[in-house]
Amino acid sequence: MQAIGNWFQHLYETTGLNFSVFYDAYDWDRYFAGLKMTLLLSVTTILLSLLIGALGALAQGSLSRMLRIGVDAFVVVFRNTPPLVQIFFFYFGLGTMLPAVETAGMRVPLLSNVQWAIISLSLFAAAFNVEIFRSGIEAVPRTTLEAAEALGYTRFKAYVHIVLPLALRVCLPALNNNLVNLLKTTTLAYAIAVPETLYAVKQIWSESQNVFEMMVVLLATYGILVGILVWLMHRWERAMRIPGYAR
Amino acid sequence: MATSWTPDQPIVQCVDVRKSFGALEVLKGISLSVRKGEVICIIGPSGSGKSTLIRCINALQPITSGSIQIEGIEVTDPKLDKLALRRKVGMVFQQYNLFPHKTAMQNVMMAPIHVLRQNRDEVEARARTLLAKVRLAGKEDSYPGELSGGQQQRVAIARSLAMRPDIMLFDEVTAALDPETVKEVLVTIRELAEDGMTCILVTHEMNFAREVADHVYFTDRGVIVEHGPPDTLFTAARDARTQRFLSQVL
Ligand SMILES: Nc1ncnc2c1ncn2[C@@H]1O[C@H](COP(=O)(O)OP(=O)(O)O)[C@@H](O)[C@H]1O
Ligand SMILES: [Mg+2]
Repeated sequence: MQAIGNWFQHLYETTGLNFSVFYDAYDWDRYFAGLKMTLLLSVTTILLSLLIGALGALAQGSLSRMLRIGVDAFVVVFRNTPPLVQIFFFYFGLGTMLPAVETAGMRVPLLSNVQWAIISLSLFAAAFNVEIFRSGIEAVPRTTLEAAEALGYTRFKAYVHIVLPLALRVCLPALNNNLVNLLKTTTLAYAIAVPETLYAVKQIWSESQNVFEMMVVLLATYGILVGILVWLMHRWERAMRIPGYAR
Repeated sequence: MATSWTPDQPIVQCVDVRKSFGALEVLKGISLSVRKGEVICIIGPSGSGKSTLIRCINALQPITSGSIQIEGIEVTDPKLDKLALRRKVGMVFQQYNLFPHKTAMQNVMMAPIHVLRQNRDEVEARARTLLAKVRLAGKEDSYPGELSGGQQQRVAIARSLAMRPDIMLFDEVTAALDPETVKEVLVTIRELAEDGMTCILVTHEMNFAREVADHVYFTDRGVIVEHGPPDTLFTAARDARTQRFLSQVL
């Protein structure tokens, strides 16, 4: 570690390229905290959006008309409006309407900016996940479901054991794309002062006057994060591949 | 659902079954009865409602009017226990409809475990026996996509048998197969019939129908035109429509 720091310090002194995060402990701590926040946002929004998306897709196939209309409305609203506007709506619109709570003698908002960002981004990505899961479910032949019913499966059990596992395989590539987009969209949390990577890096370059170098660090950070996500998703796709199954 | 059914009564009894899709009446008053251990074949031109009838028998589709009783269980009963019905009735489809993400063994084991909650070890042993019975020993771990059509169809038969049904429904189960593989599936069905399984077969294999059927029904445009033992129906059909159909397919 020390060697890396020394090398970047040397680079700065000889070329003027100032990658302060790699030798300055204070800048490194801020950058690392931002990275951890980005990971927190990404992992929680990915998991929540998958859960909400799956529930939404199931609700779309339900018998209740109200439920189906509700899900459709949710999808339209969150798909047809910009995610930044959604974040503002939740944080400034809804956030100020919620009652504040008393914690350790201080009045703080019921939900923090981080929590609002997670809620808002999860719903945004979930709207697309609903559509993605639905297309997967629709790709499962009706006759496959019928075979399950003829074997005594209830609708629900047939979904759990047969329809959803098949649907998931069909929709993994589209899901992959949406989750990559979601990871990149977490940078929008910057706009409500969530200290994620973009926010932290912006602070660093404002103080250390190294915009170009920090831009390179920023782009590389997201390039690597997305690379890891894509690698994981491809591994998952491969693990799910069915021998002899043409799709 | 208490039933007073005894094995000397018809195991399947259809009375004046009618079924419409919107304005289109597909079944126009079908009555037939099947006794335990009997093999009946339903033949007729395509579009005459054979698949619809089969699907109504195990309540995959509701009928418009009439009555269908399976071992005394009324299929049209709004409080019908579908699981109880489907434990009694196994069904094999033209397109096999195996679960593509599961191996042959898993396909056979799934329903007894998920639906009947039977013990996994016992189910596994039985699945092995069943796959051997349909001559698929050695293919236990193959996925449907790695099997030929005939092999897939035999897995589908084993999958149905794993539920220990009293009645098996076959809907043109050889229609999608190569001529060479048709035989291996028919051999399996014949063995089932010889074991005393009650079978309702929709088929275009007239020679097979003639060999295994106890009774043959000729249907056309939603009605049973005529029926009788195969030797009578195939050699001495009375109705002109039956004669025309048989002359085309024999
Ligand atoms: N789900 C359905 N909706 C509307 N029409 C149907 C449906 N299923 C079957 N039919 C119609 O019912 C008629 C009989 O079909 P089917 O039972 O498949 O005949 P078969 O198996 O004898 O060829 C056909 O005219 C078919 O188009
Ligand atoms: Mg048919």
